[in-house]
Amino acid sequence: MKKEILEIKSVSKKYRLGMIGGTTLRDELQRKRAARKGLEDPTRTIGSKAKGNAGEEFLALHDINLTVYEGERVGIIGHNGAGKSTLLKLISQITAPTTGTIEMNGRIASMLEVGTGFHPELTGRENIFMNGAILGMTKQEIESKIEDIIEFSEVRQFIDTPVKRYSSGMFVKLAFSVAAHLDSEIMIMDEVLAVGDMAFQNKCLEKMNQVSKQEGRTVLYVSHNMNTIRQLCERCIVLSHGQIVFDGDVEEAINLYLGRKHNYENEIVVTDEIREILVPNVPVITGINLNNPTGILEFGSKMRFLIDVENRSNKHWDFLLRIIMKSSGGNVVTMSSTLNTIGLDARKKGTYSFGMDTSNVVPGNYTFTFVLYEVGTMNVDNNLDVLRDVAEITIKADADFNHGMPWNPRWWGSIANGDLEVSEC
Amino acid sequence: MEQGKYHKLITSEQKGFRLNLKEVFKYKDLIYLLVRRDFVSRYKQTILGPAWAVIQPLLTTVVFTFVFGNIAGLADSGAVPTFLFYMCGNVTWALFSGCITLISTTFIANSGVMGKVYFPRLCVPISTMFSQFISFGIQMAMFLVFLVIYLFVPGYSIQPNLWILMFPALIMQIALLGFGFGIIISALTTKYRDLQFLVGFGVSLWMYITPVAYSLKIFEGSIIYHICRFNPMTPIIEMVRYGFLGPDAGRIDLVAWIISLAVTVIIAIIGIGMFNRVERTFMDTV
Repeated sequence: MKKEILEIKSVSKKYRLGMIGGTTLRDELQRKRAARKGLEDPTRTIGSKAKGNAGEEFLALHDINLTVYEGERVGIIGHNGAGKSTLLKLISQITAPTTGTIEMNGRIASMLEVGTGFHPELTGRENIFMNGAILGMTKQEIESKIEDIIEFSEVRQFIDTPVKRYSSGMFVKLAFSVAAHLDSEIMIMDEVLAVGDMAFQNKCLEKMNQVSKQEGRTVLYVSHNMNTIRQLCERCIVLSHGQIVFDGDVEEAINLYLGRKHNYENEIVVTDEIREILVPNVPVITGINLNNPTGILEFGSKMRFLIDVENRSNKHWDFLLRIIMKSSGGNVVTMSSTLNTIGLDARKKGTYSFGMDTSNVVPGNYTFTFVLYEVGTMNVDNNLDVLRDVAEITIKADADFNHGMPWNPRWWGSIANGDLEVSEC
Repeated sequence: MEQGKYHKLITSEQKGFRLNLKEVFKYKDLIYLLVRRDFVSRYKQTILGPAWAVIQPLLTTVVFTFVFGNIAGLADSGAVPTFLFYMCGNVTWALFSGCITLISTTFIANSGVMGKVYFPRLCVPISTMFSQFISFGIQMAMFLVFLVIYLFVPGYSIQPNLWILMFPALIMQIALLGFGFGIIISALTTKYRDLQFLVGFGVSLWMYITPVAYSLKIFEGSIIYHICRFNPMTPIIEMVRYGFLGPDAGRIDLVAWIISLAVTVIIAIIGIGMFNRVERTFMDTV
C-alpha cells in the first residue's frame, strides 16, 4: 500500500495588494489615530473608496487539497501567476498559509533557487558546506558525501576557487549537486534546471529519476518545459488561478494546460471559422473523416483520410494536398500528394481518399494540419486552404515496443525506423 | 496521517511563544558556518585583516581619552589610568552596540536566503551574536595586554578584585540584552523601515546616557545620575570596570543591576515572541 508523505488540507494563501512595503511608522500611527477619532484615513489617496484595503486582497491559493504518496514524482504546471511557486513556498515552510494545514512525514530539500546562501567570496568547497548546512545537513553528512557532490558537479578543477569566478553554469551545477545529495524524503524543484546545458539537464533528470525509483524519494517539480515534465513525472497537477483544476495523468494534464480540446472527433465538418486563411473562389476542404472511430491507432499501421473538397470557383482547378503531422515537441513528418494532382470542375464537390504512412511514428499524441495548395508560376506553392491542428490521434503500442524500453521523443525523435542493420566487414 | 520519524505540521494558526532551541541545535553546523562566513568574508581583500577588530576600538579609546578625558575632564578615575578606563568601557559597549545593530538587520539583510529555503530563522541572530563574541574576545585580549602593562607602570594603582568573577555572567547579559533589542527591531523593520535609520544613531545616543565616555560619579546627585542609573547598561559597565580596575573606575549598584537583569529577561522574552510572530510570514511584507 502506498504511504502518504504529504497532505495538504484546504490551504489558502491571501496576499494584500498594493502598498505593503511602502508603509511607514508615521503613516501607521496617523492611520491608527484617525481610526480612533473616526476620521478618514489620511494616508489614502483622495477619492479612493472608503475601507479600500478590504477589497484589495488577492487569493494566491484557494482551498488546495492534495495528498502525495511516497516515491511519487509529481509535476506541477500552470500559467504564470497560477500559484505554483506560492504552493512550493508554503510546503517548504518559507511562509505560512492563511488558512488550512500542511502535514508531512519527512525532511524537505527545496530548490526554489539555485545556490541559495552561496557566498561569492567563499570557495566552491566552502560553499558546499554552507549550502548543505542551510538545507539542513550536518557537517559529517556533508563530509561523507563531498566526493560524490564534487564528482557529480563536474567542477572539480575549480572547487577551491571562490565562486565569484564561476560561470553561471558551473554555479548551477554545483548548487544542484548539493541539493541532489541531501538525505531528504521530499525534493522540491522550481524550474531550476533551466540554466544548465542540455547534457547537465539530462543528467539532473536522470539523477532525480534514480533517487525517486531506488531510494523512494518524493519529487515535486514545477516547470514550464513539458518535455522535462513528461520525462520525469508520473503524475501531474494543473493549477489555474490558485486552484487545482486537474490531478492525474501527465499527458492529459499537459493537454489541458496547453488548451487542447479533448473530445475526439472522427468526422470533422469544416466551417469557414476554423480556416487559417480564407481565399475567395478557390477549392476548399469541407469535411475530414479520419476513418478511425476510436481515435487510437496501433503503432505500425497506416492512416487513410477521406477529404471532402468543394470547388467554389467558376472554373476547373488543379490542386494538391499536404498533411503535416505534429507532436507537442514540434513537427514530426509531412507528406504531400506531389505526384497526384487532383482536378475538380467549377462548382463541383468531390471526396478523395489519402493514404498516409504513419507506421514508423512512435506512440504519442499527434495533431494534423491540412493544406490544400496549387503549384503556381516558378514552382511556388500557393496555399488555397489551411486547417491547422484540426484533427488529432493517439498512437499506442503494446508493451514490447522498442523491446520494452520507454521511448523518449525528446532525445530520440518521433520516428522509429526499426533496428540498425548490422554485418561484420 | 500517521506520524512518522520526521513528522511536521504547518498550520495557519499562530503559536505564541516558542523558542524551539531543539531545532536550532540541530542546525548548529549552520550557525558555525554562518559565523565563519561572516568572519572570513569581512576580512577578505583587506590588508590588515582581523587586525581591524583591534584597531577600531584602540583608536576610539585614544580619541575618548583625549577628548573626554583630557579636554572635557569627564573621567574621574582616580589612580586608574584614563586610557584603561576608556578602553574597558569601549570594548564592553562595542559588544552591546555590535549585537544590537547587526541583529537588527537579520530579516532585511537575509531576505534573499530566507525567501528560498527554510531553516530556523533564529540561527541568524544567534550566529551574529557569536561572531560578536569573537570580535569581543580579540578586543578583550588587547585590553588585558594593556592592563598587564599598566600594572608595572609606577604611579598608577589598578586593583583587580573578586568582582571579576561576575564578568562572564555580565557578558552573557550584555549579549542577551543586545540580542533582545536587536530581534525586536529586526521584527519591526520587516514592516517599518524607519527603524533602520533609528538604530544607528539611537545606539550612539544611548551610549551617552551610559557611563562609557565619563565616570558616573562626577554626576552624582544630579538628574543625569538618576537617568543613567536605571539604564540597564549602566550597572553592567560599572561592574565590569570595578572588577578589572578597582573601586576608582566603577561602582557596584546591586539594586540597579537587579532591575537591569529583569529588563534584560523581559526584553529577551518580548523579542523572541515578536520574532516568532514575524518569522512565519515576513517574506510577504519585507
